Amino acid sequence: MIIELGHFALILAFVLALVQCVVPVWGAVSGDRRLMAVAPPVAGMQFLLVGIAFAALSHAYVTSDFSVLNVVENSHSAKPDLYKITGVWGNHEGSLLLWVLILALFGALVAAFGRNIPADLRAATLGVQGWVTAAFLLFMLATSNPFLRVSPAPMEGNDLNPILQDVGLAIHPPLLYIGYVGFSIVFSFAIAALLLGRVDAAWARWVRPWTLLAWMFLTLGIAMGSYWAYYELGWGGYWFWDPVENASFMPWLAGTALLHSAIVMEKRGALKVWTVLLAILTFSLSLLGTFLVRSGVLTSVHAFATDPLRGTFILGILVAFIGGSLALYAWRAPLLKQGGLFAPVSREGALVLNNLLLTVAAVSVLVGTLYPLALEALTDEKISVGPPFFNLTFGPLMVPLLIAMPFGPLLAWKRGDLAAVSQRLYAVLGLALAATLVTAWAQGTEKILAALGVGLAAWVICGAVAEILSRARFRDVGLSTGLSRLYGLPGSAWGTALGHAGIGITLLGIVAVSAFEEEKVLTIRPGESVEIGDYRLAFGGLARRTGPNYIDDVGHFDIYRGGAKVAEADPAKRLYTARRMPTTEAGIVTFGLSQIYVSIGEVHADGGADIRLYHKPLVTLIWLGCLVMGGGAVVSLFDRRLRVGAPKPARRQLAAAE
Amino acid sequence: MKRDSKMTRKQRRLTMIAAAGTVLAVAVGLILFALNDQIVFFQSPSDIVAKTIPDGQRIRLGGLVAEDSVTRGENAEVRFTVTDTVESVNVVYVGLLPDLFREGQGVVTEGVMKPDGLFYADNVLAKHDENYMPKEVADALKGKGVWQGKE
Repeated sequence: MIIELGHFALILAFVLALVQCVVPVWGAVSGDRRLMAVAPPVAGMQFLLVGIAFAALSHAYVTSDFSVLNVVENSHSAKPDLYKITGVWGNHEGSLLLWVLILALFGALVAAFGRNIPADLRAATLGVQGWVTAAFLLFMLATSNPFLRVSPAPMEGNDLNPILQDVGLAIHPPLLYIGYVGFSIVFSFAIAALLLGRVDAAWARWVRPWTLLAWMFLTLGIAMGSYWAYYELGWGGYWFWDPVENASFMPWLAGTALLHSAIVMEKRGALKVWTVLLAILTFSLSLLGTFLVRSGVLTSVHAFATDPLRGTFILGILVAFIGGSLALYAWRAPLLKQGGLFAPVSREGALVLNNLLLTVAAVSVLVGTLYPLALEALTDEKISVGPPFFNLTFGPLMVPLLIAMPFGPLLAWKRGDLAAVSQRLYAVLGLALAATLVTAWAQGTEKILAALGVGLAAWVICGAVAEILSRARFRDVGLSTGLSRLYGLPGSAWGTALGHAGIGITLLGIVAVSAFEEEKVLTIRPGESVEIGDYRLAFGGLARRTGPNYIDDVGHFDIYRGGAKVAEADPAKRLYTARRMPTTEAGIVTFGLSQIYVSIGEVHADGGADIRLYHKPLVTLIWLGCLVMGGGAVVSLFDRRLRVGAPKPARRQLAAAE
Repeated sequence: MKRDSKMTRKQRRLTMIAAAGTVLAVAVGLILFALNDQIVFFQSPSDIVAKTIPDGQRIRLGGLVAEDSVTRGENAEVRFTVTDTVESVNVVYVGLLPDLFREGQGVVTEGVMKPDGLFYADNVLAKHDENYMPKEVADALKGKGVWQGKE
């Protein structure tokens, strides 16, 4: 009964989405306030209905209702409760429901908190959001219905893919989807602005918090996915340039560019046409990612089992939305007035450089991701484009961006003075050079590239600190006034500094791991020990352990440093009994910012085991840097200036919507 | 910057276009160079036997792991045979095999052919799904099926 209720709610949501597609947009274009007023309650109701559908499916998972096909295929009664819930989105149908839920959530958020947005812009935005929602609801109902029953109901389910039975599944997809799908509302804003033929600085101010929100979740989602792959897959890698990773990384690059161009538009009224295009492109890349993951055209760790109809359907959605929005753009963009002149050397100029490099980098990732598909379609030749391609194309494009990064925030708007800014960065340059020299001295000159990488990271981090300090003007006003100025700085200034510092921190981690990591692969027998870095690992042998739905062969290692025992690691080979599927559970021990990583392979008859062992210096900085970036976004979201005319609790409106 | 203040609107625009053009040209150059140099072709065992692949060129070799072909040596060295049911190639790999590596199952390995006729893999991929057959392998085997059918 509950399942049918969920199914019915989903159909009702689709019908409401059709209303939302037409009525508010018509109202906005014709200036009819009554029609525009339809949008907020409909958007709210739609979120409620998709929420009911989601709750119904979750209920079926938690109670292990094996009369539902989706539950049979992806759950098991012995599965721990947490994974029963996260299993809801651990499959194609359920994750699509989460996708649509977040789509509806963003519509509802704009309906609830977008009080200061002009009525016609808000109505048109919600209308466009309705188009996207309607398309995906139709896709679900037609090809990917999670509420299908199976009769007779089997006694037991097939269990969830063991690789997904991890707390990572509880965090990674929701964060990633909020980011990925969150860009839909920015897209809707852009299309609405084109429909109404009006894009101004105020538009940028309304759009920026939503971009920031989506960007923050996408950043955290990608970082979480990276750490999950690192500890779960047992290969010790944190980024594989896998097509599906690229699919989430391209919207991130475009979204980062959008975040910066929206600043120029808000502050100076320039780059309007470009910003609107970026808003369209960012969500188009999100849609492209969805297509790549769900159509089965790629070989990837993420690809869902698919049927051809789904691929064709999503391709249709993709073509309609990207083609339609670009056509609308080509038609309406010439109407937008250009404004705000600026010299090439200026804050605007720096932000344009940022946009240029980020979008070109996104294009290089796009080429690397799609080239194998294109080549196979055209010549039948099968190739793989791996990390070497991306290191060679993406890497060199990031270097000038990172070098320019500390200059940007110090340059004045309109016309900047490069010489004066360079003077203010002498100390930062000195620190970066010192970091380079110390690294080269400590690690030997053959790792000169790594030393330069460390220097670049130091340049970016110290540059972010210098920017904040220069805003406090300690030298002019003294310590106490400086501190109070520091406290009084707007959130967006702190946001910029934290965002930029985060990039530097992540870079430092990447450089350290790429250049200074140690790896050993060997067969080890009980009683033997192996040295890596400053550590010695003594193998104590294997033991069997039984979990709720798996059996572990656990290897025990005592870790010594300078003769004293400092830690233990227990990597395991795990066998999930329902699917007879083995997984590797790495043993990871963190020392400060560095980690020791052990995984077990083949187990020998004499009690020995093949192991892969890593010492990964500063590896945790890769993800800590992303957290700092996310923190920057949070601080920025709380900026008073952004709140003026942007998300603001609107109790009366909400009451009216209910 | 006095020079800037004298720049006309047109000069400013030209500066922007020149900067964008430079970045684009560099990027296109990098992409073309990398596509020429850094991509790895997928080959089946029959391809390897038929063509001569230059020593040291990285390739991806895909097929089925032949039954009873896996032997393990000291220090995590593994030898196995990859076959497409027509030809087969012997592979040497040092490292941990993926969890789903099994005899009779599809596999993709990446590495180089050496003059001794062995394929030295430094990467072995099998997917995270027990029913998985790498797409390239499935296509290659289908190709073989068609070819045998015509004989």
